[in-house]
Amino acid sequence: MSHIQRFPSAAKAASTNPLKMSQPLGAALAYLGVDRCLPLFHGSQGCTAFGLVLLVRHFREAIPLQTTAMDQVSTILGGYDNLEQAIRTIVERNRPAMIGVATTGVTETKGEDMGGQYTLFRQRNPDLAGTALVFANTPDFAGGFEDGFAAAVTAMVERLVEPSPVTIRTQVNVLAGSHLSPGDVEELRDIIEGFGLSPIFLPDLSLSMAGRQPADFTATSLGGVTVEQIRAMGASAATIVIGEHMRVAGNALELKTDVPSHFFSRLTGLEASDRLVRLLMEISGRPVPARLRRQRESLVDAMLDGHFFYSRKRIAVALEPDLLYAVSGFLSDMGAEVIAAVSPTQSPVLERLKAATIMVGDHSDVEALARDADLIVSNSHGRQGAARIGVPLHRMGLPMFDRLGAGLRVQVGYRGTRELLCEIGNLFLAGEMDHDHGHGRHGYGDHGEPSRCGGGSCGCNAV
Amino acid sequence: MLQDKIQDVFNEPGCATNQAKSAKEKKKGCTKSLKPGAAAGGCAYDGAMIVLQPIADAAHLVHGPIACLGNAWDNRGTRSSGPQLYRTGFTTDLSELDVIGGGEKKLYRAIKEIVQQYDPPAVFVYQTCVPAMTGDDIGAVCKFASEKLGKPVIPVEAPGFVGSKNLGNKLAGEALLEHVIGTVEPDHTTPTDVCIIGEYNLAGELWLVKPLLDEIGIRLLSCISGDGRYKEVAQAHRARVTMMVCSQALVNVGRKMQERYGIPYFEGSFYGVSDMSDSLRTMARMLVERGADKGLIDRAEGVIAREESRVWRRLEPFRPRFEDKRVLLFTGGVKSWSMVSALEGAGLTILGTSTKKSTKEDKERIKKMKGEEFHQWDDLKPRDIHRMLADNQADIMMSGGRSQFISLKAKVPWLDINQERHHAYAGYDGIVNLCEEIDKTLSNPIWRQVRQPAPWESGPSSTLLAAE
Repeated sequence: MSHIQRFPSAAKAASTNPLKMSQPLGAALAYLGVDRCLPLFHGSQGCTAFGLVLLVRHFREAIPLQTTAMDQVSTILGGYDNLEQAIRTIVERNRPAMIGVATTGVTETKGEDMGGQYTLFRQRNPDLAGTALVFANTPDFAGGFEDGFAAAVTAMVERLVEPSPVTIRTQVNVLAGSHLSPGDVEELRDIIEGFGLSPIFLPDLSLSMAGRQPADFTATSLGGVTVEQIRAMGASAATIVIGEHMRVAGNALELKTDVPSHFFSRLTGLEASDRLVRLLMEISGRPVPARLRRQRESLVDAMLDGHFFYSRKRIAVALEPDLLYAVSGFLSDMGAEVIAAVSPTQSPVLERLKAATIMVGDHSDVEALARDADLIVSNSHGRQGAARIGVPLHRMGLPMFDRLGAGLRVQVGYRGTRELLCEIGNLFLAGEMDHDHGHGRHGYGDHGEPSRCGGGSCGCNAV
Repeated sequence: MLQDKIQDVFNEPGCATNQAKSAKEKKKGCTKSLKPGAAAGGCAYDGAMIVLQPIADAAHLVHGPIACLGNAWDNRGTRSSGPQLYRTGFTTDLSELDVIGGGEKKLYRAIKEIVQQYDPPAVFVYQTCVPAMTGDDIGAVCKFASEKLGKPVIPVEAPGFVGSKNLGNKLAGEALLEHVIGTVEPDHTTPTDVCIIGEYNLAGELWLVKPLLDEIGIRLLSCISGDGRYKEVAQAHRARVTMMVCSQALVNVGRKMQERYGIPYFEGSFYGVSDMSDSLRTMARMLVERGADKGLIDRAEGVIAREESRVWRRLEPFRPRFEDKRVLLFTGGVKSWSMVSALEGAGLTILGTSTKKSTKEDKERIKKMKGEEFHQWDDLKPRDIHRMLADNQADIMMSGGRSQFISLKAKVPWLDINQERHHAYAGYDGIVNLCEEIDKTLSNPIWRQVRQPAPWESGPSSTLLAAE
């Protein structure tokens, strides 16, 4: 059986070409899925600048993100004054509906008491009672992107959601993990609405990060789930929890509101999508819309057409834990062999992964493990290593700064699974055809075995 | 120790602003205090990385938690003609245990791993906020590692919270002065050896300048630090003349090289025809003053004359196209004035320029060029820019990547003139590139289309069933 190596404390001291991103960055993304929100990093201004640049490059969108601008003195003496001043300034200048605070390594090293600071702030600033405030502890030196995203969602649930005496039978909550792109959330909304249900997504990046055209300049997030909607989540008939890292937030929500939750580790793949559809049939009591029925047929057809190119392909996957799980699972479902699954951080979901090697590592580990792979699936930071070992890279996850529409890709549900299937399948198909017609340098056919062209189904004349 | 260094950097005789201050004012330094909740921009560590990372054959190791490198690596377009090690991101990725127990041993192990695996000519180690707070002495670790591993290991003491990017630039310069410059002797020297400071070879810009230097007979001994090699930077002290490109950022390096090694320096820019020519001319003149062959000046003038006539000819087609086109410049520092002259040379009208990050000299320079009437915005807020653009006060905005959406969301053409751009704008060829890019975006057919109202909105062009 595979085991999880502890990294980097045991393996190596120098993390090389990191796969990991920091907790506050994940928290910022979660906050950005709330309407008229301004995320605020409690740290040095550089913490904000780097995070902002990364998100701008990925989404090609304006990213509202502010800083408490801690300097040496305030770091030592305590950051409350900076925090209060920052929140007051933001409210005066930008009038957001919510300010989402994420701590950083700078403030967490001293160990600021954020719960106490919240109470103190509310006591001292009764005039700002109308602005929602959410604080999350997200030290840079522990966990990673996904953990920060989870911490912010949990903090929003705990601070904002209220229990409700009534239940709205057609309203469902969806805790949408960081592995879902804005495009994925959009797709899920379509699927859920197809059953006559009204979903509340927390967070809802499909409304804020999918390419908005504001009528006027705005310094806060534009679109997303509203604070009122979050408060009203207690009245829903069910909660759909997507991704292992949303589990804590899901439990918190259920504990607080008694709304029953349904957990999905992934929504990519035929069977995973079937499970979702079955649940939606149950909750809504409605038949499956014709559109979804056609989409399922089409996915089944794509699996039949595409499996030739996936069979026994050796693939290395390096992504945030829940996306890693979803993608590796899908690839195994298609008959490919995941030779290496590399995660930036520890996560319980790693225990359930099926891969020859599973480790917590960085892009240099991927480079070492993927030397004889047919494909690497990772974010754009994988490009240097992939190029060095001559293995094609399929970009997924974040950051994806060298592709357009990074946030709009759909890889959930029947339609999303089909899209992903064709995208990756096309890379194999192109590789095999290149090999037959001129031996492309793509790591194909380098193993001394005859190329498999699916019995000529790709249209070429290979035997 | 770090405080002393920062004080020293602030007390800069080469900076006129500093010299005009009282002793007390001087002590306060030149970083404006940042306003919580309304600040933007990078930290000192960011600034230090910007200066040093282009040294392409060295390893750059960030001692800190994951945020400092994990969120930020592979994000600048500085290019190398050879080694690519500078693009590899190394970090000690400090964990909770390192914060509690100290990260010095881990740092040493990381340096050792890098030296053993990659054998770089040097390792730069960057201090960040968290280990600076917990008291990791990277200076001592680097010294120990240097001795033990027989390689230069250079501590860069610029943790983010000490100040701005600009301060980080200067602290990186201090690291070079203290540990690098003057540690290697060149194989041979010539009377025309120059050192260029503050040029980072973004999008390969240096390569538009270097061939001209070669042709004139000027040898680029050392560039700090675009397309840089550790050895070349280390032998910068043998240059005959220093040119400072992004003047204020590394003024301390130029001045101290003059003090220590008697190398005169001048400030110049490669942006725009006249600035480019001035820079070549000054460089040649100063080299001759220091004993280079007088023919150098004639050769420089020959190249300048040829290039200028060529560039004006190539810019000619743009003039009618650029007539009445108004540019909003949103950048800082040296680019605020060097870009103005570059763009006006091509026939564009410059509405104004932001001067937030510019120094007093930068501003004076613009005033001299453009007169009092010209807009210089010190603190232009995104909201104000958006209003100006939405009101059709400008035809194109030029800025860095982060502010692009102010322009694009107002459906106004935008061009990247900062570090993420993909095109080189320096030198004579560069200004032609720049004009080509401006022309491409201005004449792109999307602008008319994206401004059309949607079918469900009433608008001027909603003639039903109008034939195509």
